[in-house]
Amino acid sequence: MSMPDQPLLAARRISRWFGENQVLFDIDLSLKPGEVHALLGENGAGKSTLVRILAGYLSPSDGDVCLADEVRHYRSSGDAEADGVVMIHQELALAEQLSVEENIFLGRELRRGPFLDRRAMRERCRAALAELETRVDPRARVKDLSTSDQQMVEIAKAITRDVRVLIMDEPTASLTEHEVEVLFALIGRLRQRGVAILYISHKLREIERIADRVTVLRDGRLVDSGPMAGRSKEELARLMVGREINDMYPERTELARDAPVVLEARDMVVPGAVKRASFSLRRGEVLGFGGVVGAGRTALIEALLGLRPRSQGQVLRNGQPVALRHLRDAARQRIAYLTEDRKGKGLVLNMGLRPNFTLLNLRAYCRPLIDRRREEQAFQEAIERFDIRLRTQAATAAELSGGNQQKLLLAKVMSIDPEIVIINEPTRGIDVGTKHQIYHFVRELTDAGCSVILISSEMAELIGLSHRVAVMCAGVLTGVLEGEQINEHEIMQYASGIKGVGVDEQRRA
Amino acid sequence: MNSAVPDNKPIARSRASFDLKTWGPFIALLALALLGVLINPAFLGLDNLSNMLTRSAFIGIIAIGATFVITAGGLDLSVGSMAAFIAGVMIIFMNSLVEQFGPGLTTILLGIGASLLLGLCAGFINGMVTTKGKIEAFIVTLGTMGIYRSLVTYLADGGTLSLDWGVRDIYRPVYYGSLMGIPIPVLVFLLVAVVGYILLNHTRFGRYCFAIGSNEKVAEYSAIHVDRIKTMTYMLQGVCVALATIIYVPRLGSASGATGVLWELEAIAAVIIGGTVLKGGHGRIWGTVVGAIMLTMIGNILNLTDAISNYLNGTVQGIIIIVAVYLQRASWRKSAP
Repeated sequence: MSMPDQPLLAARRISRWFGENQVLFDIDLSLKPGEVHALLGENGAGKSTLVRILAGYLSPSDGDVCLADEVRHYRSSGDAEADGVVMIHQELALAEQLSVEENIFLGRELRRGPFLDRRAMRERCRAALAELETRVDPRARVKDLSTSDQQMVEIAKAITRDVRVLIMDEPTASLTEHEVEVLFALIGRLRQRGVAILYISHKLREIERIADRVTVLRDGRLVDSGPMAGRSKEELARLMVGREINDMYPERTELARDAPVVLEARDMVVPGAVKRASFSLRRGEVLGFGGVVGAGRTALIEALLGLRPRSQGQVLRNGQPVALRHLRDAARQRIAYLTEDRKGKGLVLNMGLRPNFTLLNLRAYCRPLIDRRREEQAFQEAIERFDIRLRTQAATAAELSGGNQQKLLLAKVMSIDPEIVIINEPTRGIDVGTKHQIYHFVRELTDAGCSVILISSEMAELIGLSHRVAVMCAGVLTGVLEGEQINEHEIMQYASGIKGVGVDEQRRA
Repeated sequence: MNSAVPDNKPIARSRASFDLKTWGPFIALLALALLGVLINPAFLGLDNLSNMLTRSAFIGIIAIGATFVITAGGLDLSVGSMAAFIAGVMIIFMNSLVEQFGPGLTTILLGIGASLLLGLCAGFINGMVTTKGKIEAFIVTLGTMGIYRSLVTYLADGGTLSLDWGVRDIYRPVYYGSLMGIPIPVLVFLLVAVVGYILLNHTRFGRYCFAIGSNEKVAEYSAIHVDRIKTMTYMLQGVCVALATIIYVPRLGSASGATGVLWELEAIAAVIIGGTVLKGGHGRIWGTVVGAIMLTMIGNILNLTDAISNYLNGTVQGIIIIVAVYLQRASWRKSAP
């Protein structure tokens, strides 16, 4: 056992290069038992690289990883796990076709003689899931679970190990509010057990609540480290970005009294996801969509766009009924959609940046062969307009940082010159600086007469940007809030179904 | 996917490994040709070269179609049987036309037209069943492979279908003739390759194939008609098979249940040797051309030497395929620390 005050896991003057590109510069970091250490930084600041080094996924180019003052050379994540250093991934790393229980014990199955001891594994699996207060069935296949349940399984997998150091990379990105509370309670218990926790998040409010100590990285350098007590959110945000951010949310565009309705959805029903929803969108308006993960917001929007089948409902564009059967039809109606899953649905990761940018509107560069020069020219203009920062000559989209991927995706979606822009969770896993840019971009859009539908699980974002907020709960659009009604309390009430089921019908009647 | 991979990528982009990937198949082809010359100087003879290229044309043309299918994330195992079936139907059709039109150009042109139409339809069926039925391409084309094979055996009643002798005489030059000293099959091969190259690298269709093969979801969310494009790749494959059949029929003037056996595997091998990724997302036409020529060249070299038995042709081909793919993969991960 190490002494309580001694660091359990420490990084000593760690540097890391990728090719000729240095991404970490002499980083020192120490994790003490029973302490929650928050790691902050913008996208591309080097947080993920640092924790991958600590968890054995990457080796440092220079410097050492020490466990209880002993230098360790991890050659794989397995080596680190043998030392009790466990990482929970931001991107889920589960075997989809296996059951929850098989995943949790993958690679360290309990055995009785040469055979699997299924009963013992199920027992321990149930215990771990119970501690997380989730109702996931240990026998369910992982691919049938929702994203947030998968995240809980990932956490359960980590805590069933003999864990001494737990590294969490954005664990709450896909969790519901309740699950976040459960996770925080769990972190509290782990802390009491003397586990050292390294916690990465962009959500400063979370960090304020749970962190004992905080370290800020910027451009691969350590800019601040010390106890959380005495540091404010604002100060940390400034340290991360390197400049002051005052106007996080720009003033809303003034909405003309007689602004016409540009898009209307009536009585939408999507099997298994949306029971009933109607809404309308006016010119120059930002219509927010609130609700918990799984309330049916994405299903509603995607059914409207023709990305998934609906059993009922009508869509009107400028008052005229339109049949959107494929996203191409929506694009023709000048409706653009920015997906929430930029890696899975937004960008072709192993493709170059230019082809990614033009993929949505490729026909504009065809006559009939693709005109590479015009394509390149448009791409350069987009880099400029959307401030995509190419740190190195990135050859594929996978090499961009999260924030820059998001900007590239935004550029791609905007390439059809839309009048209506639907953005789904635009700032998930994105740093403060890029968030700020995206918010201002929304303002520019509405100023130019475009309309925006904003689906977001971040309350502050909805409140800060929307003219009206539609709230969904369990597949029903429970209400559309306006003006003074747009506050956290009201949205929560509608999102949890306490208030307003059927408000929509009453209003139309 | 291993989460450590994306971060390692930038290193793998060094110029040397990129060049190796592009030029690897060409270098291998040159090395093989050099070996051929060393073994027997007759290898470089004009007759031998044109003979070799002519024979690689069948597999080559089919493989160009396969490059599209594979790039878009599909697979077509039915091409060999499809070729046999098309050949069989084409022969029966032309024989029956002889009575009406005589053994003339009309008969042959109608036969060629029927063959192309049949290829198009066969590809359409493969494509529709895969995309609309949401069944893996491997399974669908495994099924159609069996169907076409048994159909041609049935049509030939277990024996051989022979083309009318009169038609055969007129049709002969399509395989045996040449234009400006270049055999016609080689010309067709070259033409298909050029068209294929432009289609894959300079049109929307080609770009969409890459996108679909890399990530079908992203393609769908980029307003691409994924099912339509995928079906089109199978139809293109069908047309390529029909073209290969059209130049194959005059060679022997017959078709049987044994026609085109294992062509599907040779075509896939040619595609893979050429650097197209079997999982989809990346395809190269010139690589495929080189791959097809290499496969024929191996047999040719073995014919010219006594050192290795001709019966070991398959062994040498197998080794070359595995080595070629290994080298391509190795250059991906070479410079990891």
